Amino acid sequence: MASKAKKLLMDPFSDNNPITVQVLGICSALAVTVKVDTAIVMTLALTSVVSLSNVVISLLRNVIPNGIRMIVEMAVIASLVIIADQLLRAFLFDISKQLSVFVGLIITNCIVMGRAEAFALQNPPKDSFLDGLGNGLGYGIILIAVASIREFLGFGTWYGFKILPENYMGNGLALLAPGAFIILGLLIWLQRTISKYVEE
Amino acid sequence: MELLSIAVESIFINNILLAFFLGMCSFLACSKKVDTAIGLGVAVVFVLTITVPANWCIYNFLLKPGALAWAGMPELDLSFLTFICFIATIASMVQLVEMILDKFFPSLYHALGIFLPLITVNCAILGASLFMVERYFTAEELSSPVMSLAKSTVFGLSSGVGWLLAIASMAAIRKKLRYSHLPDGLKGLGITMIMTGLMAMAFMCFSGISL
Repeated sequence: MASKAKKLLMDPFSDNNPITVQVLGICSALAVTVKVDTAIVMTLALTSVVSLSNVVISLLRNVIPNGIRMIVEMAVIASLVIIADQLLRAFLFDISKQLSVFVGLIITNCIVMGRAEAFALQNPPKDSFLDGLGNGLGYGIILIAVASIREFLGFGTWYGFKILPENYMGNGLALLAPGAFIILGLLIWLQRTISKYVEE
Repeated sequence: MELLSIAVESIFINNILLAFFLGMCSFLACSKKVDTAIGLGVAVVFVLTITVPANWCIYNFLLKPGALAWAGMPELDLSFLTFICFIATIASMVQLVEMILDKFFPSLYHALGIFLPLITVNCAILGASLFMVERYFTAEELSSPVMSLAKSTVFGLSSGVGWLLAIASMAAIRKKLRYSHLPDGLKGLGITMIMTGLMAMAFMCFSGISL
């Protein structure tokens, strides 16, 4: 049992990573990774939404009629995202402003919907919670990795601390959209080489 | 003229996919073949053109602070319901579009097939509606609601066209990419991301244009 729980929790970190292997939730992985602090807040928001929505849907799994399950899932996820958004606005207003529409877009983040469909509908609440937690954090690892590289190259800082000398000019490309695409592409390459995953 | 500049801006300069990263999932999943890419792109244009103005109306008449003044409740602020209302509108609009197409344009309906229902969870659609609230509901914009509605509609349409442009060109590139020799780990997703990055860089050349 313990090993099963560990597998549920740890698998999404490398072998079954939601971003690099399952190709889910790419949009926000790129948009909120200009700085490490926004990436961390986004990770926390997504992890709590995906693990709670997995629990709720798993509890409801025997009462949801199959024909309308998408709408039920959507309603559960949207309500949880509203709560997350209101909490962020109340306690972390500045970061919530920087994240702008991307908190709302957790609703259509494929990870949340994908885990609900693929896992929570067939499994008991405890396993679903672990699965949600693992996937949220697996997503977060990639997010924070991308954000660290972009912030380091773009500002010469990490989580706001100066790392490179004051006269470092900053590489603007890393902060713009193309930089995000290319850095994530290279990270995917690295992760897939390590985990020996080959796409057909 | 202002409308034209919004159109140019959201197709080329602030392309919803290449600059705001919206709709990446379906972009990556459906850009393997040119015809499916174009089919999905057309469906996105279609749905965006309908949902953005529809959500404009919902936000303007029901949700924004003080919107319910016409019903005698001026102090009510329902804006926290934005997300759930927008996603419900999008889901039902997609359903409606599906039914109308099935009834009146069966050939188009069959061409789009499975993509139509999948559009509900495409983040470009919800993202465009949320951007619409952020951009076209400032005090200045609301001095003339009709103009704000027109701008939102043009924004929806041209965001869709921008997305179509990006996915169609990516599908064309990937078709050629299949014959190139790549390291194993880079195949598929990795190289697609890097190509998208190069495409985004190319699109940045447009950023000097102002009308």
